[in-house]
This record gives sequence, structure tokens and C-alpha cells, in this order.
Amino acid sequence: MLAVANDLLAVLSPGEQEHLDSARQMQALSFTVHIPLVCFGTAFPIMVVFAEWLGHRTGDEHLRLLARRWTRIMVALFAVGVITGTILSFEMGLLWPAFTATFGSVFGLGFAIEGFSFFVEAIFIGMYVYGWNRLSPRLHMLTAIPIILTGFTGSFMVIAVNGWMNHPSGFRLVGDHVVAVHPWRALFDNPYFWHELVHMYLAGYIVTGFVLAAVYGFGWLRGRRGRYERAALAIPLTIAALAAPVQILVGDWAARDVAKYQPTKLAALEGLGRTQKGAPVHIAGWYDSGREEVRYGIRIPKALSFLAFHDFNATVRGLDAVAPEDRPPVNVVRYAFQTMVGIGTLLALLGVFYLVVRVRFRRLPESVWFYRALVLAGPLSFVALIAGWVTTEVGRQPWVVYGYMRTAQAVTGAAPIRWGYAALIIVYASVAVAVVWILRRLARSEVSA
Amino acid sequence: MTLADVPMLFILAGLIAYVTLAGPDFGAAVWQVTAGRGKESERLRDLAHDAMAPVWEANHVWLIFVLTVMWTSYPTAFGSIASTLCVALFIAGLGIVVRGAAYALRSGAGDLHEQVRIDAASAVSSILTPFALGAAIGGVASGRVPVGNAAGDLITSWINPTSLITGAIAVAASAYLAAVFLSADAIRLDQPDLSEAFRRRALGSGVVAGILAAAGLVVLHDDAYRIYHGLVSGDGLPALIVSALAGVGTLALVVLRRYEPARYSAGLAVAAIVVGWALAQKPELLPGLTVHQAAASHDTLWAVIIAVIAGGLIVFPSLALLFRLTLLGTLRGAHGPGHVAAEPAATAPPRPGPRALVDAATQGLLARVAVACLVVGFGFLSVLDAGWAHAIGVVALFAFIVVGFFAALPRDLGVERPESSTEAQGSGP
Repeated sequence: MLAVANDLLAVLSPGEQEHLDSARQMQALSFTVHIPLVCFGTAFPIMVVFAEWLGHRTGDEHLRLLARRWTRIMVALFAVGVITGTILSFEMGLLWPAFTATFGSVFGLGFAIEGFSFFVEAIFIGMYVYGWNRLSPRLHMLTAIPIILTGFTGSFMVIAVNGWMNHPSGFRLVGDHVVAVHPWRALFDNPYFWHELVHMYLAGYIVTGFVLAAVYGFGWLRGRRGRYERAALAIPLTIAALAAPVQILVGDWAARDVAKYQPTKLAALEGLGRTQKGAPVHIAGWYDSGREEVRYGIRIPKALSFLAFHDFNATVRGLDAVAPEDRPPVNVVRYAFQTMVGIGTLLALLGVFYLVVRVRFRRLPESVWFYRALVLAGPLSFVALIAGWVTTEVGRQPWVVYGYMRTAQAVTGAAPIRWGYAALIIVYASVAVAVVWILRRLARSEVSA
Repeated sequence: MTLADVPMLFILAGLIAYVTLAGPDFGAAVWQVTAGRGKESERLRDLAHDAMAPVWEANHVWLIFVLTVMWTSYPTAFGSIASTLCVALFIAGLGIVVRGAAYALRSGAGDLHEQVRIDAASAVSSILTPFALGAAIGGVASGRVPVGNAAGDLITSWINPTSLITGAIAVAASAYLAAVFLSADAIRLDQPDLSEAFRRRALGSGVVAGILAAAGLVVLHDDAYRIYHGLVSGDGLPALIVSALAGVGTLALVVLRRYEPARYSAGLAVAAIVVGWALAQKPELLPGLTVHQAAASHDTLWAVIIAVIAGGLIVFPSLALLFRLTLLGTLRGAHGPGHVAAEPAATAPPRPGPRALVDAATQGLLARVAVACLVVGFGFLSVLDAGWAHAIGVVALFAFIVVGFFAALPRDLGVERPESSTEAQGSGP
């Protein structure tokens, strides 16, 4: 994240850098902490309630015990998600007051509705968590349904705002003021929004599934292979293994939409300096802005034209289509993109291997190497998640509202932002330590089914 | 009253809900840390935690509601307030982080020693957050937040006589509400001795809050005369009177040990202060910026109103259910989640015999259906380019995940097998 922010500084004039530097890093830190918690908030409840349902259906105490323990982990992570989310909503005003002041009436509705969605989620999570053995099993499982639904609607609203920032519509800008504002159209009639929503929602399941699988895979390597652990491994892993290959197809769709609506971002993703027919894809290498091309990469001729437009000889717009000050920092965006795609591909392969073993041999894989790969897959899925956000958000730079407002125009004029940033680092570091402590404690604690 | 005022009413209602619902949550932490040591104080701390734990997240969302409605409906005012008062708001935000983290941590705290330390950390934050938010309101009320990006003084906008007294009132009112609410909760949970303990605290903090409120009028007279004038002779006067009467009435009810009505009159006393401030301050939101000038355009205001009404239709019944279950004691007992021993089998459904999730033949069929869904999804999403085709493709791919899940999940999951029935209960993470 620091590297990202530092690289961004190169594109800004010195006068703007002082607050912008701290504000960007603070925002990046806040997102990096919050997004994985969001993944657990959207994807974990369905796994917990599935374990509970299966436990009731089969009468197996192991599964009820598992659901019970997962509930406690879920609520601890939800509580931390509530507070990191609150910080994010504060930062909308604390860091980017000019963005909110100018465009709040256009995009704000999405967050207002998200607030309600979050409200319902918090209410029912309270009932689900404290209702174990106090509500009837049927009623208890019913209280989980709003949690699952609001996990989706919450993502829907937040991504709607992000989709609008990337492909703004529903207003006109006259001087510094927006007129003819149509908030519903701005947020929900946006062709750029759907791929982002599906891509992020799936990412939630992939990250949650692989992180949990990594934990139980580590247990498997240490000899914990009982019925309880097998169930705890199989439920999240099966979901993640199915979602990971689907994510590749969805990612391809996302890239075609980026090619259509944000050609400059696509050019940065691929390091395409000059507009050309039959554009190639490069794997690895380094974008040389002097030569306007990728050097030392593995070149696949015409692949980009085909992937983006389904035509080997299609013309793809390069970075030279816009002025240098309107281009994002290419190497940051490009490496974030390659990291995401690379890890995503590995996760999909791992998932397909697991599915083949499951369906063909009707058992869990037995190779030690599979479990070692799983232990790596958890943290890697998190890295891919963050890399994906860097790709889309840094790829949008230098704009906060694509084509309308630069990030440098949005930032606060308040000087003590750097002190706030330092304080936030300390507090979040303490929270991280606390979360690790509580998760270890909850994992070991005795829970009665 | 016009369209431009309606979202402000939502904001005030949200603020009142936040003050009267989340305020006691912060106040409870103050009583937790001042409880002292020993068996008795441990019970007191546990009650304060257990009474708040199921509802704190929901109570907390009111603040997010206020922020989102504010920046959508009055974006210029929000940008000006957030940038000038950034220090106070940031302190409030950090306090919320620590308070929330304390809730998460306490559920896993093993021994008393750990709990005491967690409570101490959370009490510090619980004083900071109401104080900082109160101080920020004091800055707005005393006209120290001009329109513009960080146009006001970053320090004196929230460290000034009005801010200090509003911050102090916020802390005292939170502690007072908490003590009144917990007196009532202790009765419901059959702990009359704790109810007496909180009764003493309610009386003490109620008197302090009343004195601070009276002192606040003196400070306003010198520092924010416009608000003072509005409160004692303008539109705010009825609210001021209601607040004073409700405050005195609550003390009387607490003396008489009538805690349930006291709960509502205490809330009314605090809510009336917020209403009084709003009435005294209108029509100006910030100096030179009236509510009408700050309001977003017509379409946005209507969108907010529709969203809030629709959201309210979903949230309020849910909230009513949560509070009903909580107040009835269904959701809380002497211990937090997970510590509760399993209830007798009478409440559990009759356990069916072991049966497989899906039988082998069905599982094979499901696998083929899943592959078919994947192929359809690939065709519509990846090969075709039309929007409607993408929609079909996404649905097919999600069908692949759902069907594939039942096809690939171990079939014996949850079915007791003879060779494994002797294995120990799960001890791993």
C-alpha cells in the first residue's frame, strides 16, 4: 500500500502532495482492514447456517458444535467490521470533504440505503448470536436469512457507488455545482456496475472459503483430521473451489467492460503505451514510460485485442490517447492486476483439483502437498482481493469521479491528517493484535452444542 | 416546513435515537470501570455488559444513518462540518473503534483480570466519544464552523466554552441514561440488589447532568447568544421546559423505584435537549447557510425520503422484535453467547436418524447438472456480448456453484459412522 501511494505521488504536483499523501494512505489502510471483514460478513453466515441446518437434519453434534463455534467467530469479526466501517464513513468527510460536498447529493443515496441494510444485518445478527438455544431451531435458522440477504444488498449499494465513481452519470457539472441530479439513475442505471458487483460478491466467498480452509488445512497437517475438522474443512473449501473458476469467467467479463468504458484503465492494466490494432498481452516485465511499452515481458501477440473485443485485429486504445497527467501510475496498476490474475488462476486450479478428487474418488484429497497449498491459498486469496481493489481504484486515478473530479481536488484542507494517520495505524495495529488474540481464544474455548 | 426540511427531521430523529440508545451503551462502560473490585462489582460489570451486548451494534448504526442522510441531503454543510471539526470527529471515531473492539474481546475474555483491563480501555473510549461528539455539536451551535473545506479553526472549533459544556453534558447524560436503563434491566433479570446499586448511580448522575445543563445555559449566554436566546425566549423554550420537567420527573420516578416509566422519561429529557438545540438554531445550519440553501436538489431529497420510509418499514419491525426479545430476557442471561449450557432436550426437535445429505445416484446427477450450468454460463457470459446474455450467464454460473456444492460436498458429512464415533470432540480451531 505504501508503495502504491508513493508511486502515485509522482503524478502530482508538489503543492498538492502534502495532505493527499497522508489521506490516500489512510484511506488505503482503512480499506485494507475493512474489506476482508466484509468478505466474512457476506459469505460466512451462509456457511454457519448451513452447518447448523445439516446438524439438525442429521442429528450430528459435531456440526452443531461447529456452527456454534463459527457463530462466535462470526460475531467477533462482525463487531470489528462495524467499527472499521464506521471509520470509513467518517473518512468520507474527514479526508474527502470536497468530494462529498460536491457529489454527495448524487451518490450519497447508495450509502443511505446501505446504512439500512447494515441496520437490518446488525439487528438479526444480534438475534442469531444470542438466540442459540434460546429460540427454537427453526426460528433461529430463520433469523439468519436476513443476515445473508443484507450481506448481498450491502455489497450491492457500496459497489453501486464505486461503479458510479468509475462511470459517472445522472448529473451535470456547472462550475463547482452539480445540477439535474438523478440519484436513482446515477446509481442503478449504470452499465459499469454489474460486473463489479458479481466480481466482488464472488471474491467474498473465495476469500472466506480459502481462509477457513487454510486454517483447517493447517490443522490437518498437524494431525487434526477428525469428523469435526473434516466438516469444517469441506464446507468452506467446496464453496471456494466452485467460486474460484467462476471468478475467472467473471473477471474476463469485467475486463471487457473496462475495455469498453475505461480504455485508459485497460491500457494501464496491460501496459499498452500506443493505440494499436492486434494489441498483445505481456506477462510480467516492466512498463517503460519513456519507450511507451512493456520491456522484458512474455509477449502473447494479438491476445489483448481478442480478450477485450473478441477480435484478433481490433484496435485497442493506448495510454497515448490521454494527456500524461490523466494517466494512472502504470506499473502499480499493472502489477496489482497481474498479481490478482496470477493468484486467481492458481486458486482456480487448486479448486478444480479438489472438485475432481471429490467427484471422482468421493473423498478428500490425501496428498500432504494439497494441504500445504491450501495453507498458502488463504493468505494469497487475501492478497488477490487487495490487489483487485488496487487495480480498480488506482487504475481510476488521477480521478476520484472519473473524468469529473481529480482526487487532489477532493482532499481535505486540514493539515493534521498525518497525525490522524499515525493514530489510526497504532489503533488498527492494536485491533489486529486483539483480533488475533480473540480468534485464538475462541478457537480453543469450550463450546457446548 | 418544506421538502428541504424533511431530511433534517430524519437527521434529528436519528441523532435522538443515537443519543438515547447508544448513549447508555457508552455510559454503561463508565459504570463498569468505576465498579471497583470484588464479587459484587463483578456482577455489576457483567450486568452492564449483558444488557447492552445484544443491541449495541444495532444502536450504533444510528450514527451511520445520520452521517449518510447528512451527506446526501446537505452535502456542502457535511463537507464543511467534517473538515473543520475533523479532529473532534476523528477522536470520536477512534473511541468507537475501541468500544466495539472491547465488545468483541470481552466475549472471549477468560478470567476476571482480563475483563477488568478490557473494561478500563472501553471506559476511556466511552468518555472520549460522547465528549468529542458533544464538543463537535457545540462547535456547530456556537457558529464556529464556516462554509468551506477546513475553513474554520481546527482546534478552537471544538475546544471552546460551548463545546466543553456540551461535551460534558453528553458524557453525564450518557452515564445517567445508562444508570436508569440498567436499574430497570436489573429488575427484569431478577437482581434487585444490583438495581439498588444502579439506582444510587442514577440519582447521583442525574443531579450532575441537571447541574451541567443549567450551567450550560450560562455558558451559552456568554458564548453563543443566538442559541441562548432561541432557548429561553424563542422556539426552543417549550423543549427546554419539557426537558427540565422530564429530568425532574425521572429523578422522582427513580426515587419511587418506578424504573420502567423512568426509562422513557429519561430518554425524553435527553431527546428534548436535542430538539431544543435544533429549534434554537434554525433556520441557519452554518453561519450564512440556511437549511434550505444547504439542501440538495429536489430529486435527491425525494430519493432520500423514499429510501428512509422504505428502510424504516423494514428496520422498525425488526428493531421492535430485537428489543422485545431482549427486554423479555429471551436473548440475554447471566452469561454471554456461547457460555450458555444447552437447554433441556424438551426444546430440541426430535432428532432424525442418521441420513446422508444426498444419495449417491442423486449426487452423480447433480454433478452433471452443475457441469451443464457451467457450460451455459460460459456461453452466455464469455462468448456473447449482449447485456441480457450476461444476466443469463451470471445466473447459470451461480446455479453451477449451488448445484456443484451439493454434488461435491462429502456425502457422509454429518452421518455418524461406527469407526469414528469414538473420536474426541473437536478441539481444533
